Formats: sequence, C-alpha cells, structure tokens
Amino acid sequence: MSTKSQQSQMNRGRIRIEGFDAEVVEKREPLSSWQPELQSEESKSRMYYAWRRFKRNRLALFGAAVVTVMVLLAVFARPWGELPEWLPVIGGMLLQPFSLAPQDPASQDILLGYQPPTVQHLFSWPPSGLHLFGTDWAGRDLLSRTLYGGRWSLSIGFIAVGVALLIGVPLGSIAGYYGGYVDEFIMRIVDMLYAFPFIVLAIAVITILGRGYWEMVLALVVVGWLSYARIIRGEILSVKQNEYVTAAKALGAKDRTVIIRHIMPNAMAPVIVQATLSVGSVVLTAAALGFLGLGLSPATAEWGVMLNVEQDSMARGNWWAGMFPGIALFLFVMAINLIGDGVRDAFDPQGDKRGSGGLR
Amino acid sequence: MSLQRFILKRGLITIPLLIGVSIMTFGMIHFIPGDPVDFITQFADLDPDVEDEIRSQYGLDQPVYIQYFNWMSDAIMLDFGNAITTNRTVSAEIADRLPYTLLMGSMAFLVTVITAIPLGIYAAYHRNTRIDQTSRVFALLGIALPNFWLGLILILVFSSYLGLFPVLPPTGEGLLSTDMIFYTILPAVTIGTGATALMMRLMRSSMVEELDKDYVRTARAKGLPEKTVIRKHVVRNSLISVVTVAAIQVAFIISGSVVVEVVFSYPGIGRLLVERVQTRDFPVIQALVLIIGVFVIFANMLADIIYAYLDPRIRY
Repeated sequence: MSTKSQQSQMNRGRIRIEGFDAEVVEKREPLSSWQPELQSEESKSRMYYAWRRFKRNRLALFGAAVVTVMVLLAVFARPWGELPEWLPVIGGMLLQPFSLAPQDPASQDILLGYQPPTVQHLFSWPPSGLHLFGTDWAGRDLLSRTLYGGRWSLSIGFIAVGVALLIGVPLGSIAGYYGGYVDEFIMRIVDMLYAFPFIVLAIAVITILGRGYWEMVLALVVVGWLSYARIIRGEILSVKQNEYVTAAKALGAKDRTVIIRHIMPNAMAPVIVQATLSVGSVVLTAAALGFLGLGLSPATAEWGVMLNVEQDSMARGNWWAGMFPGIALFLFVMAINLIGDGVRDAFDPQGDKRGSGGLR
Repeated sequence: MSLQRFILKRGLITIPLLIGVSIMTFGMIHFIPGDPVDFITQFADLDPDVEDEIRSQYGLDQPVYIQYFNWMSDAIMLDFGNAITTNRTVSAEIADRLPYTLLMGSMAFLVTVITAIPLGIYAAYHRNTRIDQTSRVFALLGIALPNFWLGLILILVFSSYLGLFPVLPPTGEGLLSTDMIFYTILPAVTIGTGATALMMRLMRSSMVEELDKDYVRTARAKGLPEKTVIRKHVVRNSLISVVTVAAIQVAFIISGSVVVEVVFSYPGIGRLLVERVQTRDFPVIQALVLIIGVFVIFANMLADIIYAYLDPRIRY
C-alpha cells in the first residue's frame, strides 16, 4: 500500500482514509493522458481481498485442513509410482515409498495366521488392537481399505470437477457472449439434461458406457458441466453490459481477448464457489454409484463400494463394517462444504445465502 | 399478463423440452455399442434369418426417425414394449412399483415440509443468535451425510439394535397396509434429512429478507402483536419463494429414492432402475428415465405456475 510511504508527510492530525490511493489522484494532471491500468490491478486485488477474507474464516480453514489431511492420507496410504526399469540409478524405485496403511487393502493375510484357516477366522472381526477398524467380510483390514479408498473417491471428485469446468466454462461463455442461435442451442441442451435428476442422468450414461473408473468420471462430467455453463452464462450476460467491454471491443480487441482478459475475471467468482461446493456432491454421487453397484468393481476399496458389500453385514449388527467408510465420506463432504461456504463469503461478503451446501 | 396467458406461455415452453428429453432418451439406446438385436436375444447364437425377423418385428430395419416416431407414439400411450428379462410389459412392471415410490416420496416430502418450515422460521426469527448457528450446523451436517450411509445407520440402530422396525419390507401385501406405511417411515426420514437441511436454510434466508422490509416495520409500528406480524405478514410472503424450491425438492427426492430404495430393499421404481441397469434391460431403463424426466419437467412447470399465482409480479 502506497499510503504507508506518505504517512510520514501526512500525519499532522489529518484524517487518513484507508484503502484510497491518494498518490494516483495527486499526481494526475487534469485532462492528461492518465493510464488507469485498472484492469489487471482490479482482478488481482479482488483475489487478494478474497484470500484475505478466506484466511480469517476459521470454519473454512478447518475444512481446508481436513481436506489436506485426507488427501495426504490417501497419497501416502500405500506406495505407488514405480519408475521404469530403463532409467539409470532410480530405475525400479518408487515415487512414493511411504505406507501408512498397515496392510495391503486386498490382503487376506489374517486367515493365514491361523492354522487351519477357518471361516470363523476369516471375516468380520470387531475393532481390536490388531485391526483398529476391524476386518470386513473377507478378512481384509478395514483401516487400510478406508485409507486407500480415499484415492478413488477423492481423485474422481477432483478430476471430474476439473474436466467439467473445462467443458462448462467455455461453452457457457460462448453462449453468454455471442447470444442468438448459439446461446439457444447450448442452453436448450443444458435445460434438457437438467430435466433429469443428477443420479438418474449419471446412471443413464453408465448404462451406455458400462462400468469402470473413467466411465464413471465421464458420467459425472456429463452431469457436472451443466451448472457451470448456466452460472457463467448468467454472469457474462450481466458483465458484458459494462462500458469497459464496449471500450475493449472498440479498441479492436479480439472476441477471445475480450472474453478471457476482460469478462472472465469479473464473472468467475460464482463459478469458483460452485466448483468448490460441487467437489463434495460429485464425490457423494460417485460413492452412491459405487454403492448401487454401478461404479467400480466389487473388490475395489472405494468407499461407496465398501458400503455396498457390507450392507447385509451392517443389518446383522456389525456396526464397524460400514461405519468408517461412511465417516470418511461424511468428513470429506462436510469439509468441502465448509470451504465452499468460506469461498462464497470471501467473494461476496454481503451475501446471505449460507449453507446451501452445493446442492442445486 | 393474466394467469391463463402465463400458464399457456409456460406450457408452450415445456413442449420443446419434452420433445428434447424424449429424443435424448430414445437416442440413449443408439449410443450403446453393439447390435440392438443382441440385447433382445441376450446374445444367443441365432440364424441370420431369425435375426432379420426379430429386427423387422421390432422395427429395427427402418430409418432412425421412423423408429423414433413409432417409439414415441407408443410411449405416449404408455406402451413401452416388453421387458427383456421378464417378458412382461414394461408398463405393467412400472405400474407395480410406482405406487410404492409415490408413497415413499410423498412421505419424504411431508417429513421435509413439516420439519423444515417451522425450523427455518425459528432460525430466521432468532437470526445471528446461537439458535441460528445451531440450525446452520445441523443443515451442514444434513447436507453432508451420504443418504445411503444414513439409511444403513438407521437400519443398524432402529432395526438391528432396537428392533423397532422390520429389516425387510413386508411382502405380499397391498400398498396401504399399515405395515408398509410403518416400514416406509425410515426411508422417508432418510431422504427427508437432506431435503430438510436444504429447505430449512432457504426458508430462513427468505424470511430474513422479508423481515428487513418496510411493511414489517409498518405493521409493528401500528401496534400489531408480534405473533400477527410474523404469521400474517412475514411467513406468508417468505413462503412464496420456498414454493419454487419444492420443484427442486422433487428432483432431490427422486435422486434420493433411487439410492435409498436400494438400501431398504424397497420395491419402488428406483430399485427397479438399478436392477435393470445391472441386467441391461434397456426398454425398462428407457421408460423409467423418460418418466422421471417428464415428471421433473412437469414439477418445475407446476412450481412456476404456483409461484406466478402467489406473486403476480412474476408474470411480467
């Protein structure tokens, strides 16, 4: 802040006005060729203020901490990323050698510890010192599976939202900026897809594509881009009324430049909020698909799938079987919602639309 | 604009949407890799002649747009052909299951409205106090709880431990048997939790907005008792925007029922959809997706019309 440099000259009992850059005005000559350069300054400082407000929001910071911890747990759960053999020196080494999970998520080793291995020894041990979260129906360590399961759910959430943004934002911008037939065409498609509830649409896409990791991501992208396209279109419709857009066009800027440099920075805030919140709902939908048996294969340690295979076991009273994957999911979605609310408050401090939690 | 004209206009907008949705549902089948005949015959090894016969029997040898018109004109008459896996008509299969989903959906809706609106009013009236904060926390919890997990926990606690509810739905009885309605309580609460959280916050913010308006000050200034101000003025006006949310709730409850029906082995259309996706019974899937889409479109239309009826400013 440049006001600080002036404080020594101006501190003779005058009223200081914070946040108002007096230098710009003082050095300006009337009717001169003053270059405002406000465009980039404005957007930078908007992000800056938003970040500053976000940092003061304790709930949001708590959410961010939870998400960070969960991501780290998932990354360090089991070693991964073996480097190819042909590399000198580091060939065959692991990119991530740490292993927080005590066991391989697919291992059934406990029953081998018992001689002879019997069915009673195989499944559904309650939590104990040996297995902190107990074991599932096939004798696999639930702690390891819950830690490892984060990889599936979290990666699906972040990838699907990222790809959906890459599709929804350009399409929505084009619709909003050009209007006319292009707008009609894109938005009518969005309206039609919106007629189906999220999960029904995702199920329909999976019916077509079949089951699998990338099939599921694609299904969630088909569902996810709609809201971004709608939101950014609405924002652009209002932002493009501004004089600076007309000015940029009059100066001969290309459409692409006008959209990306001038309109987007002022239209992205609601999209960022929505994207943050929808990481949570995408993870929930992915887990729901896993639970319905339409997601990953039944042997996978994905949270939804784990709940699916333990469904009967839960009804018989084995509470630990489905407790921990559910808690993990709940914690993650909750944390994401806290972050999302924080981001919304940071961009729009006057708004009072709290707690809608990313659901449309 | 009179209300009749508004309804007419809103109805006309709906028609292209319905056509689009039907084209999408019809097109779904054509995106699936493979020959449709194989899905009908369940990949049986057949004579090419027999395959051609099946093809012409199902009209698959005709151009796509004719196939669409045939399918659509049958679908309007609720004739979706036969289900592949059971050989009954699709409409009979759905008609068997639909009442149960409607029962569960309406109970979930009831749970939502009964709990969300009073809680929202209460939170708004005590805004920015501890009561409001608590309601915000509960809303966050309600939204973040995965409904299928909540269902499993409710079964565990109320059916397995406490033995209050049966684990499986009663079989062989009619829809309106008391057993069935009793069994539906848990699934309805499961769906209702998320929906309540959403609606409660919306009711709160809508009422907070109304409380700041001038007419409230006028009403208070002329000495009306606080009860009358809230009941007769504020709540009535803030309910208007909550009505629109009811349509969103319908979509939310349908999504919820798909998952929750599986949790509770409930004999509704949600579970039918999931079962038939697993066995790749396309006529049933298609019919269900179409019905759900059309239902949501009509729910949205109804919400808009009610909104326009309650708040005449919307019509212009």
